[in-house]
Amino acid sequence: MAIRHGELRQPEMTLTQKIWQINWSMWLLLGLCVAIGIAMQYSAANGSWDPWAKKQFVIYSVAAVSILVLAVIDIRIVLRYAYVAYGFSFLMLVGVEIYGAMAGGAERWLPVFGLFNFQPSELMKFTLILALARYFHKLSYEDVGRLSYLVVPSLLVAAPMVLILRQPDLGTAVVMAGGGVCMFILAGVRWWKFALVGIAGIAASPFIWGMMHPYQKQRVMVLFDPESDPLGKGYHILQSKIAMGAGGISGRGFTKGSQSHLNFLPEKQTDFIFTMLAEEFGLLGCIGLMALYLVLMAYGFGIALRARSQFGRLLAMGCIVAFSFYVFINIAMVMGVIPVVGLPLPLVSHGGSALLAVMFGFGLIMNVFVHRDVRIGRQGDSQS
Amino acid sequence: MNPEKTRTKVFSRRAALFMGGQCLVMGGLGGRLYYLQVVESERYATLAEENRINFRLIAPPRGFITDRNGDYLAINVQNYRVVLVREQAKNAGGVQAVLEKLAKLIDINEHTMARVLRETESRRAFVPITVAENLSWQEVSRIGVNQPDLPGVSIDVGQTRHYPYSEHMAHVVGYVGAVSEAEQNGDPLLDLPGFRIGKNGIEKHYDLALRGSSGTSKVEVNALGRVIREIDRQEGQPGREVKLTLDMRLQDFAGARLRDEKAASAVVMDVHSGDVLALVSVPSYDPNAFSEGIGAAEWQTLVKNPYGPLTNKAIAGQYSPGSTFKMAVALAAMENGIQPDHTVFCPGHVELGDRRFHCWKRHGHGSMDMHSAIEQSCDVWFYDVARRVGVDRIAAVCNRLGLGETTGIELLGERGGLIPTRAWKREKRGQPWHMGETLVVGIGQGFVLSTPLQLAVMTARLVNGGKAVTPRLAYPLDGFDKNGQPVVNDLQNEDMPPGETLAEAAEAVASGGPSPTRNAPDFQTLGFRQDHLKSLLDAMNAVVNSDRGTARKSALRYADYAMGGKTGTSQVRRISQAERDAGIRSGEDIAWRLRDHALFVGYAPVHAPRYAVSVVVEHAEGGSRAAAPIARDLLEEVLRLQGYVTADGVGVKTGGAG
Repeated sequence: MAIRHGELRQPEMTLTQKIWQINWSMWLLLGLCVAIGIAMQYSAANGSWDPWAKKQFVIYSVAAVSILVLAVIDIRIVLRYAYVAYGFSFLMLVGVEIYGAMAGGAERWLPVFGLFNFQPSELMKFTLILALARYFHKLSYEDVGRLSYLVVPSLLVAAPMVLILRQPDLGTAVVMAGGGVCMFILAGVRWWKFALVGIAGIAASPFIWGMMHPYQKQRVMVLFDPESDPLGKGYHILQSKIAMGAGGISGRGFTKGSQSHLNFLPEKQTDFIFTMLAEEFGLLGCIGLMALYLVLMAYGFGIALRARSQFGRLLAMGCIVAFSFYVFINIAMVMGVIPVVGLPLPLVSHGGSALLAVMFGFGLIMNVFVHRDVRIGRQGDSQS
Repeated sequence: MNPEKTRTKVFSRRAALFMGGQCLVMGGLGGRLYYLQVVESERYATLAEENRINFRLIAPPRGFITDRNGDYLAINVQNYRVVLVREQAKNAGGVQAVLEKLAKLIDINEHTMARVLRETESRRAFVPITVAENLSWQEVSRIGVNQPDLPGVSIDVGQTRHYPYSEHMAHVVGYVGAVSEAEQNGDPLLDLPGFRIGKNGIEKHYDLALRGSSGTSKVEVNALGRVIREIDRQEGQPGREVKLTLDMRLQDFAGARLRDEKAASAVVMDVHSGDVLALVSVPSYDPNAFSEGIGAAEWQTLVKNPYGPLTNKAIAGQYSPGSTFKMAVALAAMENGIQPDHTVFCPGHVELGDRRFHCWKRHGHGSMDMHSAIEQSCDVWFYDVARRVGVDRIAAVCNRLGLGETTGIELLGERGGLIPTRAWKREKRGQPWHMGETLVVGIGQGFVLSTPLQLAVMTARLVNGGKAVTPRLAYPLDGFDKNGQPVVNDLQNEDMPPGETLAEAAEAVASGGPSPTRNAPDFQTLGFRQDHLKSLLDAMNAVVNSDRGTARKSALRYADYAMGGKTGTSQVRRISQAERDAGIRSGEDIAWRLRDHALFVGYAPVHAPRYAVSVVVEHAEGGSRAAAPIARDLLEEVLRLQGYVTADGVGVKTGGAG
């Protein structure tokens, strides 16, 4: 570390101080969300810890400890290694591409020491935000206004997106693009530029439609009339809506949902876990979980506002926005508001990669909170 | 302004915008959730139940059919079949491997193998596929022993209709078969795979009663349709047991007695109640082949058989009654003022215009009155009487005796025979009636056609005191009418007591019962004079029991009981209906088919008539030679079975007619 003591206006925090500064209530909220998820996975397995709940708990335990470590690492180190993290994730995405080609098909995951399958695209969402936060941190408001400074961050967003779309994983790509655009907005890119890109995007949409996979097109089509083909394309949405509606206000009881337990509901432990919650705990259960999510978002917002460095602000708000994209897309999907894109519900759905990635994101937010008063220079050093 | 502060301000403003947006989206999703879970909740709850709950039909067991003594004529037997479940076979190398192992234990041909493979692939993994049916017990145990090596293979027990008396019962009981498309009437029971309904005979007539009503099983199923558990079960109504008036022992005896004939039929009935105790038609077929599913080759063999095994000749064979018709003519004569002592000289023929009508006895019978004309079956006496009475009056009496129309017995395919009239000929043939035709009708030839059952009914009506008895095969069934249709209000007779003995009958008479048979239907009188009927009975008695009677060689060999009757030999002017159905004219058969039919109608005992019999043996020539001995054996057997003679043969005569 090349930080010299004498140059700091404020004294460095000791580890004990940092631990005291950790946002424990946020950490507990995360644990509560994961606990709900584990309970639903227990129910999805017809009242069994296997095969999902137990595994999820193990991964959570690792993640919960890891983010505490992440939270106390000096934010300047986080800043310094932002591009490294981005590059690492990107290489893993390339690795997926190569591995997929070798395995003879499109793959989304990498086998990690044979322990579990890791999806680099999940991590990429947050390392992208990390990289963008670092990039925009060094730009002044005037710099942000110049088009030439937007080339690099645009490439940072586009490069992983191309790889993810090739997988193809529309849901993750959308979340990533959304997260990237939000970072641009938060960094202060002028509104008219977005309007311009938006118009260009609409103009290009026929081309995009043409490039989409048939199954992706189908999912968009079904959105408009899901009940027209109850056993075909609309099956997932219809069954999900039936399950939610059948849940009513107070639900049918823990492990009592017929739609989920008789397998009418597809992917109930992952993408459609919110539906299962809706069936078994009803409107009250859903509102409860959504309230938890909203509290987490508000926390993130508060932390972002409270942070003194642009890096911290952008990082915390970026992670929260990416998180909220996750939440909204998944919930809207299972309610039949948007097409089925195949995106898990963060913290609740079964899946190691997604849980680790989201926990990583919150680790970053907690890191920002711990280091909220640390001022960081344009180049990453401390600054008066 | 400090650029750093501008950056912070822009960030804060935009972050706040995001936070607001997040709240809005969350609120919107909450609203959507409210709509789904509160507003639309009921609709979706119903849909969820529809997903979850399935109703399955439970096929009711088909009712048994018994004879009058409770002997089972149609039962359900367990049918062992071996089934295979794909998802279980998967662990042992797949369906193919398991089938190959199974083929070493039981006979599975390649065709079956391919079918099973195809079916296991197209059906869901947990659906059992039938590999083989009707397994023998040896095969079942062989599979049972090897079960550990045959994952997914199990023995399933189904029910198949079985007819223990096979071909002796076929024409009465009929058989069951798979539901054809035309028979689908919306009853979901009929859609059940493997469901069988009555196709012929009593099985068809009382199909609704025998069928019962289906139960339902309310089950919870998962998305793949696999049954998770049974929630509720509504047992159906098992099929009703139908009790026939038939005496299986007699039926069996009759079947065996007629077995040597090429084509013949016989009916034995109770003259008071109309109960049919035996109704036999040979050749017959094995109804079990139908209920197990008959093969094309087997079917073709039956259809092409020139003796018509599929035709029930007792109800569908129409024959000229020949001399058995003479009682009806004689009764018509008496009804129309010709006394029994009316005498005609028989020189062996009569002349009418330029035609000569022969008596069967070439040199004539000499002087004949009614009694001797029936006794010796003189044709000339009947030519004379028929000419005097006229065909229409003869027809009127015949109709009262049950000829010329179906008897309404509970069997499919009964034919009505034909009693010609002038009007009939004018209408159907467009020709006037000739007197010569009347003469021919007088001896039961010409246009006259009747079924063996009609002849039995005619005989019964003559000997029961002139009551309009109709035949029945089944006792009244509570809740169903004679046509086998369910009725709302049923005035039910008590079931006929099985195997009523003479002692019981005598008791009933002593206690002032209306007829020797308790609970028998009360038939209306036909309005014949008793003295006329008496003189006919005397004549029929003489046919068998006088020295000159045509059936004197066929008298009962019992000391205390005798039978009366009338022989008949009908010329085959045209091919009989039964043959026409058979439809084959090989050279060898022509000679046989041109021979006369042998007929006999009779009753016993003569002093208190109780049973009527009719026998027709196709192309067997003389009624006295071919038909009367069969009738005698049947009446002897029914008297023995019904307790008129003791079981150890007391009262059995050794000599001929007295």
